[in-house]
Amino acid sequence: MLRQSIRTYSSASSRPFRLAVVGSGPAGFYTSHRLLKEVTNVKIDVYDSLPVPHGLVRFGVAPDHPEVKNVMTTFDKVAEDDRFRFLGNVTVGSSSLSSKSISVQELKKHYDAILFSYGASEDRHLGVPNEDVYGVESARAFVAWYNGLPQFENLKLPLDQTDTAVVIGQGNVALDVARVLLSPIDTLRKTDITEYALEALSKSKIRHVHVVGRRGPLQAAFTSKELREQMNLPNVAYEADKDWIKSEIDAAQSFLSKRRPLKRMMGILEKGSATTSADRSWSLEFLRSPVEILTDTNRSQVQGIRYELNRLEGPSPLETKAVGTGKFEDRECGLVLRSIGYKSLPMDGVPFDTRQGRVPNNYGKILDSEGQEVPGMYTAGWLKRGPTGVIVSTMTDAYETADTIVQDIKESRPMLNDNVYKDGADGLEQVFKSRGIRPVSYADWKRIEAAEFAAGEKLGKPREKFAKVEDMMAVLQ
Amino acid sequence: MSLLRLFTSKAPAVSSAIRSNITQQKNLVRRSFSTAPALWHGKEGVSKGDGPYTVNFVMPDGEEISVKAVEGDTMLDLAQRYDIDLECACEGSLACSTCHVILEPEYYDKMEEPSDEENDMLDLAFGLTETSRLGCQIEMNDDLDGLTVRLPSATRNMRVDGSKPVHH
Repeated sequence: MLRQSIRTYSSASSRPFRLAVVGSGPAGFYTSHRLLKEVTNVKIDVYDSLPVPHGLVRFGVAPDHPEVKNVMTTFDKVAEDDRFRFLGNVTVGSSSLSSKSISVQELKKHYDAILFSYGASEDRHLGVPNEDVYGVESARAFVAWYNGLPQFENLKLPLDQTDTAVVIGQGNVALDVARVLLSPIDTLRKTDITEYALEALSKSKIRHVHVVGRRGPLQAAFTSKELREQMNLPNVAYEADKDWIKSEIDAAQSFLSKRRPLKRMMGILEKGSATTSADRSWSLEFLRSPVEILTDTNRSQVQGIRYELNRLEGPSPLETKAVGTGKFEDRECGLVLRSIGYKSLPMDGVPFDTRQGRVPNNYGKILDSEGQEVPGMYTAGWLKRGPTGVIVSTMTDAYETADTIVQDIKESRPMLNDNVYKDGADGLEQVFKSRGIRPVSYADWKRIEAAEFAAGEKLGKPREKFAKVEDMMAVLQ
Repeated sequence: MSLLRLFTSKAPAVSSAIRSNITQQKNLVRRSFSTAPALWHGKEGVSKGDGPYTVNFVMPDGEEISVKAVEGDTMLDLAQRYDIDLECACEGSLACSTCHVILEPEYYDKMEEPSDEENDMLDLAFGLTETSRLGCQIEMNDDLDGLTVRLPSATRNMRVDGSKPVHH
């Protein structure tokens, strides 16, 4: 039987394979899920710097998309396994000199292998003048703000000072933020959006949102479900250069005929919205690259944005580049949200490809700077493949990494310091105590969650998230 | 949540090789952590082995599992009831494509066309085929008796040296 052929970790009497996972989002959970199914004698400790697990499922998915968050039920089941342990409120590899963290070197002493799945917590910048003035923010920060990510509660945005917002980027996050900005407050009120965000959005004067991309409709990064939802927003008109969009789609018929998903999405785009005039509107603008944020002489806040107009060059819609034409256009606006992608941060002790912004790997096994596989070091999720895709992409990615780990176990490939007995988190207890680190267990998390449900019930919401770590920990006193 | 537990076995979904070798049940006992209201997955009052219909699951590693089904059972209901490894991240709400399955053309043709919403999700599925559907949207009826659903293999896993991991 296969399981008896896994040498070192084969029988219940021999030592379990000990894996540390850094990051408790979908990548960490799905890799654990698969590994627990495929290997009997394994123990997995999942670390997260926050007391609460689930990563972007909690902090990234829009409040009005609760079905996407159903995946947390799968994660709860994974956490029920005796071989799985969650340690929240434990930061691994912090580059700051915080004493309340443990290093990758320290983890290596207590585990056979480490999986890095801590995602992409930075955002990309436009690199244009005045990008730092008030009123220019990353969509990531806006999402973190309304989703209650600790330390984002005090994000200030001029929502009540302007009727026009510009979102740079045409992915699903861009549509999320446009939709949240244009949703009736009563719709948002019933979701798990944070109260402080609801309060600020109820005073928002924003009525028009422009979603702007460098290239054309065929290169848009959003997907059908989200576009369809956007087109169906009640009482929100859709504006665009519809004739031009149609001509672009018509010109690509043969290309589209072989690509069902894109063809269907172009169909949704062409069909547009049934709402032609309304108080609120959203628009798609193409062939525009921001070159400057326009501001007053004091640089006190954003007043507009300048684009260079592009043309498209390339043999096919897949290989199309935006080329500047030297013509410019200005748009007045009071809010600019940058939604052009995320970046991962390097961690001490983990190889990192700065150019690509991710950890070099071969099907999830980490590679060093010479392209050699590093024993016992794995990666999954956005840190592995880059910050794109939906839940199923991360699930597939995580399963691939898990299969690589299983294969390495089966083939007795070298792990971390093979001849040393590994004791996992038990071996780190003294370190936690001496540094005042109080790990949060999954049962602890469920108590925090129960308090969030209770607070939400009082407000008629599914939950009211704690936006401060102190408040989360206070539940556990 | 407690009713669901009555009708499913205590073991979490496991791969085929371990299925026939389950002796260490102590690892596999579920404990309830959830304090939140759980979403109902399956049908009340239906047990394993119930039903006039037969559905055949073909797993990514080729293993075939034949089960009984009742009218209205979705592939998700069956996966829950029989502990079959069919992922369902969004629990049947058309917000993901993790339950993507592939049908034989004859059976695919017997079904109603997918809705726009289902097609939107199928568009994101890996290994999409002409006869792909979301498992949560396939509901059993007379026409579909004897249905075979194939779970696509989600991972490539070709190692650098060209060797492939053996699925068990």
